[in-house]
Amino acid sequence: MNVLNSFRTGPDENGHFGIFGGRFVAETLMPLILDLEKAYEAAKADPAYKAEMDSGLKHYVGRPSPLYYAERFTEHLRKGAPAGKGAKIYFKREELNHTGSHKVNNVLGQILLARRMGKERIIAETGAGQHGVATATLCARYGLKCVVYMGAVDVARQAPNVFRMKMLGAEVVPVKSGSSTLKDAMNEALRDWVTNVHDTFYCIGTVAGPHPYPGMVRDFQSIIGHETRTQMEEQEGRLPDSLIACIGGGSNAMGLFHPFLDDPTVQIFGVEAAGHGIPSGQHAASLTGGRPGVLHGNRTYLLMDDDGQITEAHSISAGLDYPGIGPEHSWLHDTGRATYISATDDEALSAFQLVSKLEGIIPALEPAHALAKVIELAPTLPEDHLMVVNMSGRGDKDIPQVAEILGTSL
Amino acid sequence: MTTRPITRLDHRFKACASAGRAALVTFITAGDPDYDTSLTLLKALPAAGADIIELGVPFTDPMADGPAIQAAGLRALKAGQTLAKTIAMVREFRKTDDTTPLVLMGYYNPVYIYGVDRFLADAKAAGVDGLVVVDLPPEEDNELCLPALKAGLAFIRLATPTTDDKRLPTVLANTAGFVYYVSINGITGSATPDADVVGQAVARIKRHTALPVAVGFGVRTPAQAAAIAAGADGVVVGSALIDALRGTLDGEDRATAGTVGAVTSLVGQLAEAVRGTRREAAE
Repeated sequence: MNVLNSFRTGPDENGHFGIFGGRFVAETLMPLILDLEKAYEAAKADPAYKAEMDSGLKHYVGRPSPLYYAERFTEHLRKGAPAGKGAKIYFKREELNHTGSHKVNNVLGQILLARRMGKERIIAETGAGQHGVATATLCARYGLKCVVYMGAVDVARQAPNVFRMKMLGAEVVPVKSGSSTLKDAMNEALRDWVTNVHDTFYCIGTVAGPHPYPGMVRDFQSIIGHETRTQMEEQEGRLPDSLIACIGGGSNAMGLFHPFLDDPTVQIFGVEAAGHGIPSGQHAASLTGGRPGVLHGNRTYLLMDDDGQITEAHSISAGLDYPGIGPEHSWLHDTGRATYISATDDEALSAFQLVSKLEGIIPALEPAHALAKVIELAPTLPEDHLMVVNMSGRGDKDIPQVAEILGTSL
Repeated sequence: MTTRPITRLDHRFKACASAGRAALVTFITAGDPDYDTSLTLLKALPAAGADIIELGVPFTDPMADGPAIQAAGLRALKAGQTLAKTIAMVREFRKTDDTTPLVLMGYYNPVYIYGVDRFLADAKAAGVDGLVVVDLPPEEDNELCLPALKAGLAFIRLATPTTDDKRLPTVLANTAGFVYYVSINGITGSATPDADVVGQAVARIKRHTALPVAVGFGVRTPAQAAAIAAGADGVVVGSALIDALRGTLDGEDRATAGTVGAVTSLVGQLAEAVRGTRREAAE
C-alpha cells in the first residue's frame, strides 16, 4: 500500500464516511466484523502479507494491467466533435486480469486474509457472476470450500458464469427470495454467515456492507488507480484529466478514483445504471434516484419507497442491478468531489457494440455503461484532455444475453 | 449511563417471577396476512395466554429472519402494511388492553425513514413499551437506542452465542425491559436450541445483569417451550405461530375463518406448557 493513501479521509474508526457507512448488523455478526477489522489491520502492517499479495497479483492475476490508448475509439468520437474537441481516451484494462474482471484484486486480498484467520469455508454473493467466479477461482487455488449465493434471475441470465463457478468446484445457490437478484443474494449470504459463524469467512464483492468491508475492499481495488497514475505518468508525463467508471456497488470505480481524490485537477465521473430511464422508475441509480437509508450493514443512498421498503432495481447488467451503492460513493457525491451520472440499458448496449467493432475489445455490459458516457462526454472536451475509463470486465459472459436481445440465436 | 425507563415489561416480568414461572412472549408480523385479521389476532393473544407481545414490523430485506418470517413480512407489505399502520394497530390494541406489554421488532430502515424523533413520539403515544431492532448493535447506539431510552421506551438488545463475556457488558449497557437471548447462531425458525446449553447461557448473562432474560429463535413446540421455560425468564415463539397462520391461508394468501383460531390455539398450548413449568434457577 502506498503510504500517502493513509491521508485519505475515510473511514473513521467507526467506519463512517461522513454520515455514511457504519456497522448496522445483527449482534451475532458484531464479534466477527470486529475480529475481521483487527485481522485486517494486523495484515496491513505485516510485510509478509504484502509480499504474498504482490506475488499473487503479479504471477496469478497477471498485473499490472495495461493502460491502453484507445486510438480508433478516440478518432471515431473526434469525427463527430467540434474542431479541437475530442478527449484522448485510455482504457484501464482490468478485463485482462485472470477471471476477466477487476473482482479478483479484492478476492485475493480477502482470501489471503481468510487464510490468516484460519477460516476454511468462504461464502460470497454475486450479481453478474464476476465476483462469484473470482471467489471460486481463489478458493480452488487455495483449497477452500466455496459457496456462492446468486439471485435466481441472475443464474438464468448469466449461465456461462454459473457453469464456470461449478467447474471451479464451488456450490452455487440460486436465491429465490425477494426480487431474486443481487440484494437478495446478499441477504442470503448474511443469513448463511449468521448461521455458520465459526468456520466461515464472508468475502463481500464490493465496497459496501458493514465496516471494515467498504474501506478494505477499496484498499484492495486501489491498485487500479495506483497503476493508472504511474502508467499515465510514463505514457503522457502527467496526471489524467478525468476518470470514468461504472457503478453498481462501486468497487471498480472506487479502486480507480481513490488514489486521485486529492488531485483537484482530476475530474471524476461515476456512471450508474439508468435501466429503462430514471423517469421510468426502473433503474439502479441509487444516487440519482434514491435517498440515504440503512441496508446490508451500512448507511448509504438506496432505492426505496416512502415507508423505507427497499425497491427492486433494474438494469440490463446483472452486475449493476443493486438498489444501493458503497457508502464512500455516497459521501463523494454529497461532498461534490465526484460527479455521478447515469446510462440507460440502450446506451450501454450500443456502446458495447461500438467498442467491440472499433477496438477489438468486447466489454462487459457493466463498463459499457461507462463507455456510453464517454461517447457523450469526450466530444465536449479538448483534444489534449486525457480521459481514463475503467474497462472493469470483459463481455464474454454477456454474449448469450446480448445475442438474445439483438435477435440472434446461438 | 442513561436511566432505564420503567414500562409494562418490568411489571409483567415481575408478576411472572412472583408466580414462579417464565413469561410467554409471542411474535406475530403486523399486517399479516392483512390489517384487519392481524389486529383481531393481536387483540386475541392476551386471552389466549400471551404474557408479552412482539409485533413484527415488516421489512423487504429481513437479514436475520428465516423463510417463515420473511414470507409473513412480504404478505403484510403486499396487503399494504406500513410502519404508520403498525403504530395505528398498537393504538387500537391499547383501547382494550392497557396492561399487556407490547414490543415492536424489526429493522432500522423503516424507522429511519419515518424519522427517529417522530417515530419515538408516535410509538410511545400509541402504547409501545419497547423496541427490538435487529440491525442496531451497541456500536450504533446513538441512532435509536439512546433517543428511545430518553423517550421512555425500552431498547431490548439481542445477546447471542457469539457474545462472549468480554462483550456482554457492552451489549447490556443500554439495554432495558429484558435481554433477548438468541439461542442459536442462525436465523429465526431454523435450528432447535438445546435447553441445557441455553440454560447455561442464560445463567451466564444473569451474572452480568439483573434484567430478565427471554430466549428465542427456534422454539416451536409446547415441549420445547417448557424445556426452555425451566431455565429462562421468558420464552419467545415466532416462526411456529407464523407457520400456523400460513397453514390456514387460501391459495392467494388470504385469511380464512380458521386463521385467528389456529394461532390462538397454539398460543394456548404454549401458555399451558410454560405456566406448568416451575422456574429452576433462583433469581
